[in-house]
Amino acid sequence: MSGPQRERYQLRIRFTEVGKVRFASHRDVARLFERAMRKLRLPVAYSEGFSPRPKLSFGLALSVAHESDAEYLDVELTERPDIDGLPRALTAVLPDGLDVVAVTELGPGTESLQQAITSCTWRIEVLGASPADVTAAVAETLAAAELPLERSRKGKTTIADVRPAILELEVLGPTGTGVELAAHLATKPVSLRPSELVEVLGIDGLEEARVRRTHQWMIIDGVRSEPVRSPDPSMGHELKRAS
Amino acid sequence: MTSVWPVLEPLLPKVQKPARYIGGEDGAKAKLPDPSLVSWCFIYPDTYEIGLPNQGLQILYEIVNERPDARADRSYAPWVDLEALMREHGVPLFSVEHHTPGHEFDVLAFNLSAELTYTNLLNCVDLAGVPVRTADRDRSHPLVMAGGHCTYNPEPLADFLDAVVLGDGEEVVGEITDVLAEVRNDPNLSRTEVLERLAGVEGVYVPSLYDVTYDGPRLGSIAAPGPVAPDEIPKRTVADLADWPYPKEQLVPLTEVVHDRLNVEVFRGCTRGCRFCQAGMITRPVRERPADQVRTMVAEGLRRTGYDEVTLTSLSTADFSDIESVVTGIMDDAEGGGRGTDDAEGGGRGTGDAEGGGAGDAEGDPAAEDGTGDAGCGPVSVSLPSLRVDAFGVGIAAQLQRARRSGLTFAPEAGSWRMRRIINKLIQEEDLYQAVEAAFSEGWIRVKLYFLTGLPSETDEDTLAIAELAKNCVSIGRRHTSRASVTVSVGGFVPKPFTPFQWFGQNTSEELQRKINLLRDATRKMKGVQLKWHDPKATLVEGIVTRGDRRIGPVIEQVWRNGGTFQEWSEHFNLDLWVEAMADHGLSVDDFVYRHRTEDECLPWDHLSAGLHKDFLWQDWQDALAEQGLEDCRWTPCYDCGACTGYGIEHVVASATPPAGGSQGTGQEWRNPPPVSVELSSRRNKQNRESDLEVAQ
Repeated sequence: MSGPQRERYQLRIRFTEVGKVRFASHRDVARLFERAMRKLRLPVAYSEGFSPRPKLSFGLALSVAHESDAEYLDVELTERPDIDGLPRALTAVLPDGLDVVAVTELGPGTESLQQAITSCTWRIEVLGASPADVTAAVAETLAAAELPLERSRKGKTTIADVRPAILELEVLGPTGTGVELAAHLATKPVSLRPSELVEVLGIDGLEEARVRRTHQWMIIDGVRSEPVRSPDPSMGHELKRAS
Repeated sequence: MTSVWPVLEPLLPKVQKPARYIGGEDGAKAKLPDPSLVSWCFIYPDTYEIGLPNQGLQILYEIVNERPDARADRSYAPWVDLEALMREHGVPLFSVEHHTPGHEFDVLAFNLSAELTYTNLLNCVDLAGVPVRTADRDRSHPLVMAGGHCTYNPEPLADFLDAVVLGDGEEVVGEITDVLAEVRNDPNLSRTEVLERLAGVEGVYVPSLYDVTYDGPRLGSIAAPGPVAPDEIPKRTVADLADWPYPKEQLVPLTEVVHDRLNVEVFRGCTRGCRFCQAGMITRPVRERPADQVRTMVAEGLRRTGYDEVTLTSLSTADFSDIESVVTGIMDDAEGGGRGTDDAEGGGRGTGDAEGGGAGDAEGDPAAEDGTGDAGCGPVSVSLPSLRVDAFGVGIAAQLQRARRSGLTFAPEAGSWRMRRIINKLIQEEDLYQAVEAAFSEGWIRVKLYFLTGLPSETDEDTLAIAELAKNCVSIGRRHTSRASVTVSVGGFVPKPFTPFQWFGQNTSEELQRKINLLRDATRKMKGVQLKWHDPKATLVEGIVTRGDRRIGPVIEQVWRNGGTFQEWSEHFNLDLWVEAMADHGLSVDDFVYRHRTEDECLPWDHLSAGLHKDFLWQDWQDALAEQGLEDCRWTPCYDCGACTGYGIEHVVASATPPAGGSQGTGQEWRNPPPVSVELSSRRNKQNRESDLEVAQ
């Protein structure tokens, strides 16, 4: 049993993952944050029990090679820190490409990121097809009544209809080498990942190139909102709709 | 100076662990490529996860980058998936900092720590766009050099290496850079002339300047015909580690690597004189880092890196003359205290020893403690690489368990007291039990024990004694926790150059497997004992290469050309490639590996020197067969092995106080052991003679 009740302070940190660091894995990024907090001597709380771990919890994992303007992690501290200087202080001790853009304090009983996030918006660059072909495939996909997708995990294969997970999808235009899409994909009740969307478009030889998560969304009082607003107003047009 | 990043980047999403190839480490040097600088590419010929933590490479990388006239990048062997794409798309081997192609460097400098990486070395040279054979290179190509422990017999790689550097690299890397700075301004010099200049640097061996003769199947001689190259190449030794507080900024990778913690070297060299241990023999004399410098490097390193674990590395860390107060000091610094005084109990028993520097510890069983350190950097786990049992006492155990503890590894190496006398690892069974008792009583649940099998004159009784020891250790553990377990890790013994056992014929892989099977049967029913072992077939290949001569070069090349990279990875190791290559070149495995060598024959490393007199080693070999032990000379009078006297260096110790219990620690009566006659198998000698005849005909 633990000792006397201690004060706990929960922070939600929003950060970007851009550039070479995108090739680090989710676990790598978790470790980078642990070390960064130790460098700053942040009073991170540790779990009780046999193998004490620092109490950091991440939201949705970002696949290796994907970038993001909107990643989140929650951390529990034993003392209230000075939040104002924290984004800059953390960014300074994190590798290039991991930038902390905002930090907020959470009230008690706040839903975890895993529970709260319902969808994400993405910029997805695809290669191997013309803009016209991609546009046609997008139209077909949106018009489809259902889109069965086979997934295998741990040797078991399941098939799910992922059409309900495509909330919005449009072709933005050609890039130097490929075609860029904007996609709003649900994470619950049915989820669809950007790599799977590329598969589901059904164009032979279509490959994903640069993929960037631009937003993660939760629903607050019926309105789609971000867990932590970015202080930079130029980050994405969707922000206006969220407020 | 180009960067391959634009061509490489699109390939990375297609391979496993792409973070291996992006650099970006905390501590990486950002010195931009500049054609006016002498440029080194330090390469560890294995994957990034294995190569990044290598301290030797990091030390030299920092030292070169500190010079205004030079820069250094790093590279590692690309995994097979990326290699295939690289060859398909014409992407050469690249450095991880700037993605500079390998062929644009002045030097490709390999760290050679394991014989099974040699095919990777060839592969990296080839991937860099450089001819693998020195004879095919010209002045447009980088020099290919090697350092590390395998350089004490570099002959199998003699056709591929332009220069080999023996011993400590800190000073010699600068001297080599001076030569390179001179010669790059003189394009009229031939490559041979450049190599001759390098041969003039002490500690640098240029194999192409030496002629080799054979006497039938035996090596005849290795000698330099001209005056340019020395008859004997002595190793380099830095006299005082205090002058070299490196790495000042240990590399902290973005991605997971082995030994992923702060590593601080506390001393170099070892004077225990374990007869099987090449590392101990070739790194003499002992040079300890001053205790306060260790503490500073640890405290600053933890602050800078954000690691919460530190390993104090050396060959025998518990032998460090002030180890308990250093460990206490580190813990105190971390917790923000800093009591500073020596409050360690004097109860530690004797001195300790370790298996090879930096031997990783198993994941441990951390204490159920509340880790909210505030003023310091928080709870720190200190680990010492595998420990010698007569040094590990309650004092150190108590210190190490203060924070989340790592695994504990001991290296008794031999199962019976008789064998331990032969290998000169003079610890009694009781010492092991007391150490294990200390560990379990302080809360450890798992302990790992390292052993060798295939040691000279080993009998099955000796082998099975390993199982008995393990069983008894579990019993001790079970008095403290029902979950106590002991992992026994057994490796096949490979006789190494510059050790007293260098004349011993290695056990065949069948014999090693038979001994392992004995242990498997014995431990199968033992609760709490887990047995792991090194593949005897891999041990055989190590044996071929480690005491081979230049005739093994074409064997290595053939194995490489037939796809034999990453031989140190079990999923890629392929004994057939090696056996076929040996046969194709008319070479006998028996000759190179199983045969007992004779006192008078030329050994492929006779023209190199680790400081030890050959007759000292022969005498120690005879003493081993007579089961005589030899004291630790750090604390007792010198027996003139040659290491110090030849260099005019003495042991440098951090503290005048020897570890509690004195050297070798046990005070047991080993000077006059009961006589046991030991004979090398006469049947094997007869076989050797027969095979000699076959080859001679």
